Amino acid sequence: MKGTPRNKLLEISMIERQHTFKETTLTYDKDVAINEAKRCLNCKSAPCRQGCPVGVNIPLFISKIADSNFDSAVQVVKATNALPAVCGRVCPQSEQCEKLCVRGKNGSAVAIGCLERFLGDYAIDNGIYCAAVGANTLKAGHGSVAIIGSGPASLTCACECIQNGYKVVVFEALHALGGVLIYGIPEFRLPKRLVDAEIKSLVSLGVKFEINTLIGRSISFSDLRKRFDAVFIGTGAGLPNFMDIEGENLNGVYSANEYLTRVNLMKAYLDESDTPIMRARNVLVIGGGNVAFDSARTAMRLGSKSVVLAYRRTKDEIPARVEEVEQAEIEGVIISILSIPVKLLSDDNGNVRGAILKKCKLSEMDVRGRRSFEIIENTDYEIECDLVIVAIGTNPNPIVKECFSDLVTDSVGRVLVDQNNITNLPGVYAGGDAVTGAATVISAMGAGRSAAKSIARQLNGKYIN
Amino acid sequence: MYQIIAKRVCAPEVIEYVIYAPVIASSAAPGQFVMLRVDENGERVPFTICDFDRLKGSVTILVQTVGVSTYKLSLKNAGDDILDLAGPFGEATDLKNYSRILLVAGGIGVAVIYPQAKVLNSKDCKFDVILGVRNSQMLVYSNEIKILSDYLYITSDDGSVGIKGFVTDKIGELLNANQSHYDLVFAVGPPPMMRAVCEITKRFNIKTIVSLNSIMLDGTGMCGCCRVTIGGQVKYSCVHGPEFDGHLVDWNEVIFRSKRFNALEKEHYCKLRGL
Repeated sequence: MKGTPRNKLLEISMIERQHTFKETTLTYDKDVAINEAKRCLNCKSAPCRQGCPVGVNIPLFISKIADSNFDSAVQVVKATNALPAVCGRVCPQSEQCEKLCVRGKNGSAVAIGCLERFLGDYAIDNGIYCAAVGANTLKAGHGSVAIIGSGPASLTCACECIQNGYKVVVFEALHALGGVLIYGIPEFRLPKRLVDAEIKSLVSLGVKFEINTLIGRSISFSDLRKRFDAVFIGTGAGLPNFMDIEGENLNGVYSANEYLTRVNLMKAYLDESDTPIMRARNVLVIGGGNVAFDSARTAMRLGSKSVVLAYRRTKDEIPARVEEVEQAEIEGVIISILSIPVKLLSDDNGNVRGAILKKCKLSEMDVRGRRSFEIIENTDYEIECDLVIVAIGTNPNPIVKECFSDLVTDSVGRVLVDQNNITNLPGVYAGGDAVTGAATVISAMGAGRSAAKSIARQLNGKYIN
Repeated sequence: MYQIIAKRVCAPEVIEYVIYAPVIASSAAPGQFVMLRVDENGERVPFTICDFDRLKGSVTILVQTVGVSTYKLSLKNAGDDILDLAGPFGEATDLKNYSRILLVAGGIGVAVIYPQAKVLNSKDCKFDVILGVRNSQMLVYSNEIKILSDYLYITSDDGSVGIKGFVTDKIGELLNANQSHYDLVFAVGPPPMMRAVCEITKRFNIKTIVSLNSIMLDGTGMCGCCRVTIGGQVKYSCVHGPEFDGHLVDWNEVIFRSKRFNALEKEHYCKLRGL
């Protein structure tokens, strides 16, 4: 059994992909999950665990799956990860746990992400909520916690705080809960029913949610601090970056956030939705992260004839999940490496009609250990496109910097915190993309957890004395 | 859910809604806006907060029925609920440091001018108002503004009320008559009108603030849908605005961008209404 190759996820047909937003891959069934779990060598040193930002006890949950003890396996995962159905789908496992898997050194790594996904779905289907998380850390406490934003960092922090016995209220500016899980990640990669189920589980634990409430505008930050013992800032990185090239404000040029929000949050792909979305013939996506690939694959589903994704470096440097890149190529997205747009071209009515790109070459490593790139002069070429999606990253929302008085942030608005996610203000904590800039769901969850521990230390001290 | 407390037809296709939203009312200030979503399939649409009452917990919006969302809203009556209302968004206006102000509204732009007139009046500031309308039927809030302002001038396209002509005709006349009179012009209306106002005031070198009605999606600084170029720099109407120095606005871009969903909107509207 241990010599068998990794079990692949079954995929839906090309026809279904072209016209629907159904999830592209299918979760393992029980037999396949057990079969895959048996590939795990159960190494004593468990290198996979070192690769997990929240330290999930990977060999233990896998061994429980192998023994068909799914309920118990769920508890193991949920002890450190409140959102396995989400993480199993969106974590960059190939760069984290699976990268360090011993089996991967000589064959293919155990499909840890697929197994986590299986357990997450099993938990939702069987109504096993996150009751195990944090329950062993602290007794019921007194105090109240306000959580700003409802993305993965906030949901994790809320989950831990409510189980520590605090009153928890989550404030969300939009009309729907989940943050980037709802507005950013498409249905075909993360079905929204899973996010809704995770949120329902928090409601059942007693977390209160206030939608349509933008802290800093609807309720001032100082009022919020007066009303609650502790405040967690999990406002994410919503402000899209643009390239600052000519033609970027032409009609038909979207930030990835706008394009994906129209489709995911506002359901613009459905006939009955009132929110418009441009269905273009030729699409140019700029960037190489998950958001760029999500945008490109969304454009394919909205009936585009061609979708070209321009990335400045080579395939080896693409930061998106390996699976997304593979799926995008299967679906017909053309990846144009070592390419950078330098100008967008207008028709007579202010609509984008094309782009001029230049070729790049790789140069030395940058400070982050990634190869830099250089533009090669006189390599201009033009492509035709009637829709351009700019997916080159995001920064924290400017409202945090402008309206959260006395909070210390850096030049781009990222909240400064110590290693325990404590800000410069007493009783104020922060984590996730609001601190790091655009990063992964799992690192945001790790930060939400770390902040919850700091909150517990503060509130226990306050109310015990 | 946010209940409509009162609904009043002010002019053909122009309706005033008073909505129960105590959190928004408690923080609202002139110049800010709300994002409204009528129902589950609805768009998120920005509307200026035209008035608010902190005691009653209500906010008032003035809406011209022009497309899908405003049509759906027009079917709602007092007592009915709106699914989502969020705000107050955008920067509040601060006009207190000017000695004499000219407020200019074209059509539905009066919804932005009216709360300014109220606050200026309460602070004993000196200000005049020009309201420009298509015809006498389209005049909204003119009685209220007449009481609040020092002088009210009305222009109409067909001459059925006030002076026949455009707001720009009246502005030109006022500025020619007394150049140093105003130290601020605050103009709100369709982008071509605001651009025309700015062209005149620039000649007289009078600072001009405009309130841009950019298309928005989330309204919270998250998507860049409402981006505008101000003095060569890209700004977001939703968080940096909606008010900007009119002399620095790239008007061609504003006008092009305001039209970018027209065809899609029309198609959806016709389908919705079976036209």
